[in-house]
Amino acid sequence: MTYEIVVLTNMAIAVLFALSLNVITGFCGQVSLGHAAFLGIGAYTSAMLSKAGVPIVITFIPAMGMAALIGLIVGVASLRVRHDFLAITTMGVVFLFTGIVRKQELLGGEIGIAGIPAPDFGRIGLLMTSLLCVLAYLLFTIWIRRSWTGFAFDSISEDEDTATLLGINVPKFKLFAFIVGTAGAGLAGALYAHQVRFIGPDSFGFVESISVLAMVIVGGIGSIWGVILSAAFLSALPQFFQVIDDYKLLVYGLLLFGAMRFAPDGIDGLLRKVSRWRAVK
Amino acid sequence: MLFVDLCIQGVIQGAIYALIALGLTLVYGLLRILHVAHAALFTLGGYVGVLVTNGSGSFLLALMTAMLVVGVVGMSSYTIIYKPLLNRTPLIALIASIGIFIASEELFRIFFGAYGLSYVSPPLQVQIEILPGISLSQARILVVILAVGLLSGVGWLAINTRMGIAARATVVDPQIAASSGVNVEIIRYGSFFIGSAFAGAAGVMVSLLNNLVEPTMGAVPSYKALAIIVLGGLGSVRGALIASLALGIIESFGTIYVGHLLDRDSIAFAFLIMVLMVRPQGLLVRG
Repeated sequence: MTYEIVVLTNMAIAVLFALSLNVITGFCGQVSLGHAAFLGIGAYTSAMLSKAGVPIVITFIPAMGMAALIGLIVGVASLRVRHDFLAITTMGVVFLFTGIVRKQELLGGEIGIAGIPAPDFGRIGLLMTSLLCVLAYLLFTIWIRRSWTGFAFDSISEDEDTATLLGINVPKFKLFAFIVGTAGAGLAGALYAHQVRFIGPDSFGFVESISVLAMVIVGGIGSIWGVILSAAFLSALPQFFQVIDDYKLLVYGLLLFGAMRFAPDGIDGLLRKVSRWRAVK
Repeated sequence: MLFVDLCIQGVIQGAIYALIALGLTLVYGLLRILHVAHAALFTLGGYVGVLVTNGSGSFLLALMTAMLVVGVVGMSSYTIIYKPLLNRTPLIALIASIGIFIASEELFRIFFGAYGLSYVSPPLQVQIEILPGISLSQARILVVILAVGLLSGVGWLAINTRMGIAARATVVDPQIAASSGVNVEIIRYGSFFIGSAFAGAAGVMVSLLNNLVEPTMGAVPSYKALAIIVLGGLGSVRGALIASLALGIIESFGTIYVGHLLDRDSIAFAFLIMVLMVRPQGLLVRG
């Protein structure tokens, strides 16, 4: 039973992480290749505090705050660059993050932080907490989607210049997307730190940033339900593939390529196609 | 003395970056796609170089074969990966490219083993004194000569031949170029061939300098080369070359002077972010 709980908790954390990137990349159209840095900031903040004796659930708040604060700084810097320049700038952020952590003794350096206290409410408790966090964040993003902010995001992701012309305060909405998205990643990081109870710079690198972007794109950029499905599926994939452990990355890489080649609109696009086909019938 | 030494190290590293970045920036100029799988071609070049040198004993033959093979594989990467995705948003092609890159690392591991291959008797190891007190191996000198030779060759082609003019026209505006009678597809295949062949040459040279090729050899170029072409202004060939050299030198000085604060990769990206904050369009604008 423990195994299933661990897998489910990992899935919940991945879903939360992917939903948080979906706000930035999906809703607001700002590509980020460095989202794992914010997962890391949340994880390190929460791990350090809970090792100092702060109750776990309390550490979630500074974890989100810290990630959102750095997210705001990165967001302000990102306002100057667009499109592919933005993608590579955010990629730089993840390398800066791991580079700095690696050289800081205080943060465990190359070795990382071990012995993060287990949550006092047990594994099932952690699973429930994760699911609650996912649910809360999910409702929040659905609310954003349906509010005026969601429309503003849509227009920015369609065409920034036209949005400005229509009187939308583009920088304000972009920064809001960055804050909401990075805070979500920080929360996912705090959960992750207490799930694995050992974190190091390698857990939050470029590869992780790409895998979460892949979850969003395979799900269908901007589609909440598609992203949830693909994050749950892709994060559990390594578990299904235990048998072919040696070829795990080969299959993962080809799957990413295949998904883009044959279903570029992601799971969301596939679902739409099916429902249209049903309607015709 | 240390100063001169670091400069030379930086120039050598910069020459390697430039060979890799050329293909990436050509592809970006033509298709507006970040071609991550390019780094897999660099690794492929390293493998072909080691295998042919060990098999035939001739390094020159190995270098030529590697450039040819990698060039052809590069052209097929256009057909397989990018051509069907051209009318989608570039993000789709980026993820497809990353997928191929991840899969390729595994293919190299499955075919050639996880521990990598080495030269049986590494060629070009004689030390030559280029300045009083500073000697470099022939291999290191060849890296710089090769980069200067190949890149100025392409520069000459781009300026003086009809094909080169057509290629530059296609970069500026593919539709107008096509309606003026330029065969855009041929330009694309040609650019993929040249860019990939150069990456293959860089792979051979790096495999010789380290006397090792391993499946993960392309990991660093895969993101470093992206940083370089962005720094250079995305699509600007001259900008990419300047950025390669600048990054090579900054990294070699940085690791000595600020190495206790940041590792090599973060020095490169810290520099990138600083430049982009001042010049959000990169060092040079495309053209």
